[in-house]
Amino acid sequence: MSRPVVYIPRDAAALSVGADEVAAALSLEAERRGIDLHLVRNGSRGMLWLEPLVEVSTPAGRVAYGPVSAADVAELFDAGFLTGEPHPLGHGLTEEIWYLKHQERLTFARCGVIDPLSVEDYRAHGGFAGLERALTMSGAEICAEVTDSGLRGRGGAGFPTGIKWKTVHDAQADEKFICCNADEGDSGTFADRMIIEGDPFTLIEGMTIAALAVGAQQGYVYLRSEYPHAADTLRDAIRLAYQQEWLGDGIHGTAHSFHLEVRIGAGAYICGEETSMLESLEGKRGLVRAKPPLPALEGLFGKPTVVNNVLSLCSVPVIMANGASAYRDFGVGRSRGTQPFQLAGNIKHGGIVEKAFGITLHDLIYRFGGGSASGRPIRAVQVGGPLGAYLPEDKFHLPKDYEAFAAQEAMVGHGGIVVFDDRVDMARMARFAMEFCAAESCGKCTPCRIGSTRGVEVLDRIIAGHNREANLALLDDLCQVMTDGSLCAMGGMTPMPVRSAIKHFPEDFHRPAHAQAAE
Amino acid sequence: MERHRPWAEERACAILAEHQHLRGALLPMLHALQEEFGYIDDAALPLLAKTLNLSRAEIHGVVSFYHEFRRQRPGQHVLKVCRAEACQSMGAEALIAHIQDHLRIDFGQTSADGRFSLEAVYCLGNCALSPSLLLDDTLHGRVSPARFDALTAPLVQEAAE
Repeated sequence: MSRPVVYIPRDAAALSVGADEVAAALSLEAERRGIDLHLVRNGSRGMLWLEPLVEVSTPAGRVAYGPVSAADVAELFDAGFLTGEPHPLGHGLTEEIWYLKHQERLTFARCGVIDPLSVEDYRAHGGFAGLERALTMSGAEICAEVTDSGLRGRGGAGFPTGIKWKTVHDAQADEKFICCNADEGDSGTFADRMIIEGDPFTLIEGMTIAALAVGAQQGYVYLRSEYPHAADTLRDAIRLAYQQEWLGDGIHGTAHSFHLEVRIGAGAYICGEETSMLESLEGKRGLVRAKPPLPALEGLFGKPTVVNNVLSLCSVPVIMANGASAYRDFGVGRSRGTQPFQLAGNIKHGGIVEKAFGITLHDLIYRFGGGSASGRPIRAVQVGGPLGAYLPEDKFHLPKDYEAFAAQEAMVGHGGIVVFDDRVDMARMARFAMEFCAAESCGKCTPCRIGSTRGVEVLDRIIAGHNREANLALLDDLCQVMTDGSLCAMGGMTPMPVRSAIKHFPEDFHRPAHAQAAE
Repeated sequence: MERHRPWAEERACAILAEHQHLRGALLPMLHALQEEFGYIDDAALPLLAKTLNLSRAEIHGVVSFYHEFRRQRPGQHVLKVCRAEACQSMGAEALIAHIQDHLRIDFGQTSADGRFSLEAVYCLGNCALSPSLLLDDTLHGRVSPARFDALTAPLVQEAAE
């Protein structure tokens, strides 16, 4: 028998439930049995309820076992898992698992498959093919290709990526920048973290292609401080990319140069807003800038700057490798390509589901997600982060596309879906939205800074049963002021979860007051 | 076991010098200082101001803007517990109540024995395995009150020895 290859993820989510302990147990048990094991620390496949997921390479393909604990390891050896034998924790061939088999993985194609810190592995799975093609094209041609693909910003706003790049391309300046917004602060989103940990070269490649497209030589990844593990992986990957001349001066013998640095945020949610992020990168308070000027024209240090989300940049290599039309073939209407949706919160099968736009919430939550983790009825889902709407069951038929969601006063956002069972109190969730905004507002504009605090106070009075009708009217008025008058999406969209909670779950705002809630 | 060194001006100056070549160097400098000393000492502000040719008010403005930067030396271990929506949907409120009761501290405080500092965070990117917390730099998922006790017991033990 040749040397068995076993995969166990190094993804932070897998580590959070004991992947390192399982890896140590696998090594120890193999040694005890005199087996020379080749242990690969891959990224996560995104089936997070199965983590730690152990995979074994067999002639038929990789076979999955999970969730494995260190205590299961000896038993797995006894059962013959090294040749893919059955075991109660076994799921057969990984690629045949329903959850994975029914996805359309373009951006996440390599995540969980390869060793994230092996350039060779990355190359063997199609990596850098997009960049190699881009190196033969002009900047304008690359911008046109990305525009043709229909790719829209995956950070939430959904702005066409190619058009943004073209604006920077056309700007005249002595220097330009590529900034990757990896300040993934929305609850219920973890796709950025997963791809940075599971396939970091994709991000490096995407940013380098962006640099070629617009003529930039310096890039920054603004990564949140809550992701120390992702920061380590990304820094290692950048170091390896420099070593193998995919970054630095004269990329692979061409005249192109691109330098890339990781910068760590400091716990400010607002720095996920692009202009606040630029201020932070410059070493300042993360105060939102008024637009115009657009960052594409006056961005970092006042220079033309591409600011893109991690997933937007990570979608670029596959577009360049396979061509715009192959990507555009996925999706519906004006929402082209695929979106890595993230199933989170009270969900049985939480994880990443990369599907073409157009899939319904119902399919995501029940067919992929398997319903609630608690086994209780699902009452509400929050879609698109803390500034996204809460939707009830009768809206689950909505297809996931930018326009269909906008028509329902909701947003696809970053593709995060947080599930709540029937124990959720929507008045408390509405209060939390305002409380979060008060804690995280940058303070530059009044509707957001003051409005959020007043919002908490009004909601406290509503919850306490004080003059409810008048206070609900006041809250609605306050929400309108925040929506219309705030400088950015923080204050402008905080009303979305609040108003949707009132609209779809009015009964929670009319419950008998608890004595202790009144202050 | 101390994870951080006591404040030392010479060491701080050396750290600032290491980062002086960076553009927009203030945040990297603050991170490096906090990594070394566990917090941003008052004495660091004039050093930063001088190095970057900024006013002390500007430095104070930046340090105070970001939740991550501490102005007090933290406990031996820092616990960052997620308060965001996904964790709430899986019982974060009960976990937080348990932790606060157990350590007898609120968010932003350090336990009387100096072992734990408790900080609130909004999302650790582990939303499918909620509730989550960071214990020092290690992420833990599906943290029930019982699992929290099991995680922290060895640290309490180690401090007692």
